[in-house]
Amino acid sequence: MAVAVAHGAEAAELRRAWHRSGQRRRLVSLLLVAPLFLYVLLTFMLPIGLVLYRAFENPELIEAFPETASTLSGWDGGEGLPPDPVFATFARELADAPKRATAEAARRLNYEISGFRTLISSSARKIDSIEPAEPSAMRDALIELDARWGEPAYWHAMKRATPSYTPYYILAAVDLRQDDRGDVVQAPEDQRTYVDILLRTLRIAAVVTLVCLLLGFPLANLMANASGPFAVVLMIAVMLPFWTSLLARTSAWIVLLQKEGLVNSLLAWLGLIQAPLELIFNTTGLYIVMVHMMLPFMVLPLYATMKGIPPHFMKASASLGAHPLRGFLHVYLPMTLPGVGAGALLTFIVTVGYYITPSLVASASDQMVGYFIAFFANTTINWGMASALGMVLLACVVVLYLIAARMVGIRQLAGLK
Amino acid sequence: MTRGNIVEFAGVQKSYDGRHLVIHDLDLGIRHGEFLTLLGASGSGKTTTLMMLAGFETPTRGHILMKGVPIEHLPPHRRGIGVVFQNYALFPHMSVAQNLAYPLKMRGDDRATIARRVEKFVHMVRLEGMEHRRPSELSGGQQQRVALARALVFEPDLVLMDEPLGALDKALREHMQDEIRQIHRELGVTVVYVTHDQSEALAMSDRIAIFQDGRIAQIAAPEELYERPASAFVAGFIGENNLLAGRSEGSAADGRCRITLASGAEARAALPGGRTRPTGQVTLAVRPERLAIGRPAELLANRLRGRITDVAYLGDHLRAQVDIGGGQRMIVRKPVDQFPERPTIGAEILVGWREEDGLVFS
Repeated sequence: MAVAVAHGAEAAELRRAWHRSGQRRRLVSLLLVAPLFLYVLLTFMLPIGLVLYRAFENPELIEAFPETASTLSGWDGGEGLPPDPVFATFARELADAPKRATAEAARRLNYEISGFRTLISSSARKIDSIEPAEPSAMRDALIELDARWGEPAYWHAMKRATPSYTPYYILAAVDLRQDDRGDVVQAPEDQRTYVDILLRTLRIAAVVTLVCLLLGFPLANLMANASGPFAVVLMIAVMLPFWTSLLARTSAWIVLLQKEGLVNSLLAWLGLIQAPLELIFNTTGLYIVMVHMMLPFMVLPLYATMKGIPPHFMKASASLGAHPLRGFLHVYLPMTLPGVGAGALLTFIVTVGYYITPSLVASASDQMVGYFIAFFANTTINWGMASALGMVLLACVVVLYLIAARMVGIRQLAGLK
Repeated sequence: MTRGNIVEFAGVQKSYDGRHLVIHDLDLGIRHGEFLTLLGASGSGKTTTLMMLAGFETPTRGHILMKGVPIEHLPPHRRGIGVVFQNYALFPHMSVAQNLAYPLKMRGDDRATIARRVEKFVHMVRLEGMEHRRPSELSGGQQQRVALARALVFEPDLVLMDEPLGALDKALREHMQDEIRQIHRELGVTVVYVTHDQSEALAMSDRIAIFQDGRIAQIAAPEELYERPASAFVAGFIGENNLLAGRSEGSAADGRCRITLASGAEARAALPGGRTRPTGQVTLAVRPERLAIGRPAELLANRLRGRITDVAYLGDHLRAQVDIGGGQRMIVRKPVDQFPERPTIGAEILVGWREEDGLVFS
């Protein structure tokens, strides 16, 4: 029985001694974990932080037209055009700004109103022909240069694009935008795409997870109960996809499933089909290949959980009068739930972020969020949009994880229990 | 079939690989309401016998009858036999009350009946207030009690227990032995109990079946097993025994057997009536507590002079090893005050025993 030390001074002395005695051990374990900690910090936490930052960062206009930006922020953004000095400052800065900075600003403004890019570039080309004059004259000169400078919408768009940080990307990633008065509204119907893409991504991940669970549960059960060489063969069969390159596996599926592929030839030879089936470059192909890719993520946690359930529970259930089926439902199934939770969560999260396989085997209308992130990052160099979509995806996964943790228990999900 | 037998094993054989028999021709009748212990070393077939009765193993040959009906092809869930498993097998995701309610729910009892029964058995194993705890929140002894209650709550006529106390420490084990015996008396249920602990078997059983290599070496009440073992194996298995190899010189007309020990000394043993007299190589068995030492030994029929090689002080008694020559040793166990003086290693000592305390096995 532990006995608490009664007196204050004595207790403090004991606490100090206890602290000293463990100090060295704590220091050593801290040093041992330091390299990994630094590694995770630099390669994981930092990039995530940068992505978060990139989703809100908004430097283009400030870099190209710093004074215009500050005068625009003084404008109340009401109806009508901004005051005349804004025109004068803008015309001067447009003439003086370096080409590169102007192009960046034009690209950024084009996200707000399409066509803004040409407006900026054509104005920049012609701006040198305007003689410096009074601010009010500068306004008229600009409007003469291009009538669009007389439309308040363009100036509102420019005002929205001037702060150092903008909610533009994150709103766009969920089909929202700010109108000229600064209120958050839904994007015009013909421009709403990302919510659909997100829902599609979640739907595909859910279907893949469900199919993996239905296929993986009996397999994991068989593996957990198999003995000797058969268990080894099963394990290798499950692990084999893990040991093969992702690209090789995806290409192999394309070879198998294409119009003149093995599967179609076999079905035709058997006389089951007249015309070849469309098995790849569509939704069917996406599901077939994704399920194969994801199966180990489902089977391994299930297997680990089932392996830890000793057979005596089912025996006990039978001895207590339960038919094997009822025993399975009441005893075995609840005990596998942590594995089901962990496997489903893992499969879902990995599927949601999958990029290479869907981009190779799915049709254009089946592309998932990952494809669009890559598209923005690689093709249009729109880091803001790529980051914002990444954030939305991350948020979905975190919410899902929290729900799962609530239901199954966070310690069980982490495999600590 | 004998009247009063709840279970009958008739010529049961079991082989796991088709080559070796784990159980040879088992014939065993289990009486209504008795506490029968299957005792044996690991691999002797006691657990296999229990598992065949529970329905988790099928006999390779022979029949198992329960109340006169063959059950060897009846699945376990339709046998209505309670089983207490070695590691309890309490369902970890259910509370104590849910564990106890499980067999009743499977039988389709109504809520009120279930609640009443669960309460009754929670009370019986003294777990009031623990109904809503999970098994992982209970101590080993409490888990054991839940397992016990769960195997009894549906009031089966027969309960099987597979080394149920193996995981408990000694003090708790002895306490649980008393509780199980008391429950057995209260409910009048038939218990088949498997253990490898002979003192547990002696303390608890009405009858003990001693398993040796897939056969029953002897089945009898504890006292009978201890006092009149049927073979040298049983004599050695139950309690401590001095087993001395010797030669029997035929036998005298007076019903006594003369045995020459390895040292050349001669011992005499009385043979109970009806037993054939063994000749040739025999084993003489004498219980350590039946040996007299020092002066009291001088009056006894069998006397051997020896030298003390080891002494252990065990609180209430002393246990000494005595070298009696010819490479043979005897163990003497006596209350401390019956040793003439505190024995010292190397001291000469006289050991003796009565003729009727020596048992001869061929």
